[in-house]
Amino acid sequence: MRIAIASGKGGTGKTTVATSLALSLVGQGEQVNSVHLVPLFLDCDVEAPNAHLFLKPTFNFYQEVGILIPQVDEARCTHCGRCVEVCQYHAIAVLGKKTLVFPQLCHGCGSCTWICPDGAISEVVNEIGILERGFTPSGIDFAQGVLNIGEPMAVPVIRQLKRWATPESDQVVIVDASPGTSCPVVEAIRGADFLLLVTEPTPFGLHDLKLAVEVAHELQIPTGVVINRAGSDCGYASIVEAFCLEQGLPILLRIPFEREIAEGIAQGKTLLEIHPDYYGNRFRQMFSQIAALS
Amino acid sequence: MKIILTSLSPDILSVIDPRFGRSACFLFVDPETLEWQALLNPAISAPGGAGIQAAQVVVDHQCSAVISGDFGPNAYNALKAAGVPMYLFGSCRTIQDAIERFKAGQLEQIGAPAPAGHMGMGKLH
Repeated sequence: MRIAIASGKGGTGKTTVATSLALSLVGQGEQVNSVHLVPLFLDCDVEAPNAHLFLKPTFNFYQEVGILIPQVDEARCTHCGRCVEVCQYHAIAVLGKKTLVFPQLCHGCGSCTWICPDGAISEVVNEIGILERGFTPSGIDFAQGVLNIGEPMAVPVIRQLKRWATPESDQVVIVDASPGTSCPVVEAIRGADFLLLVTEPTPFGLHDLKLAVEVAHELQIPTGVVINRAGSDCGYASIVEAFCLEQGLPILLRIPFEREIAEGIAQGKTLLEIHPDYYGNRFRQMFSQIAALS
Repeated sequence: MKIILTSLSPDILSVIDPRFGRSACFLFVDPETLEWQALLNPAISAPGGAGIQAAQVVVDHQCSAVISGDFGPNAYNALKAAGVPMYLFGSCRTIQDAIERFKAGQLEQIGAPAPAGHMGMGKLH
């Protein structure tokens, strides 16, 4: 089973929820829906992966991620401009007697290479990021993608991470997505059996929750909501709850707005380490609900 | 001789548009006769690569100079590769003012690109 965690708005607590959920499943194989293996955690927020700060894995396996970009042989190029016409991303330009490639705009589709009538274009690997995998001290199978600084395209790194770090057949996969609702989020949550949307009772939290719900509908993924900082004094709690009710979205967890939790997270702790007596059972209970809903 | 300037409306009486790749219009002007032609920027709402497309317009129209408010890294590299000199509007407010100062040699010719946008394309090769 694959559970993805997204939010729309940034900073609502995706990673708090994802890491706590993963930790709650460790060593609980027999008790929770007869899942025997330790969970596989995929940090798909490749522009700023931070789940490792909470789960503290030691990485043993690495894999570089690259995309194939065109390389133009000026001796064979007749500057006909067919490559420019076919490129949807304007990553190649013919300027007089020069053909220029802009690697950071290239999506690696290969159309220019295919269409070139003079065979002047070959493909070379442009490295854009790295994948890392290892176990955490608690035993979680942990993998993350890291996009190189200055690179604009996260999707190829996320796609490769999902292909590279594959689960065993009955292993639970926890996918931590990036904020927003654009391509990297779609790539991260695609294929999930259940989507957890973490929100907060603020106008911005609700606004982005609505966008994220639309993405979930489009991808036809069963969805539930976690309300973080619940009870924070801004009068928006009832509006968020009403939206979920109206949309038929189950609210699976409310995390209170509490100084102790904020301090613990600032120290790199998950909710299970902050309130061990409560959140271990609470997250396992949520997992059972998710299993029933997906 | 034909130069290209970025303008807010398709008219030689227009005010300048300080953006290059995202400018509203391109004005092709002969600085001597002041004959002009306008082109609405087809890439104004392109998701990416607007600067490169604008540079392609400049080169395809065989302009011998380009004047705008700034040039991003991709546009700068493209225009530099094509050997088209780039000038800045500086304090000019109108297209006519910019043409006058260009003819008088009072516009600054640019030697380095403006900082990159939010897409993280500041890493120049």
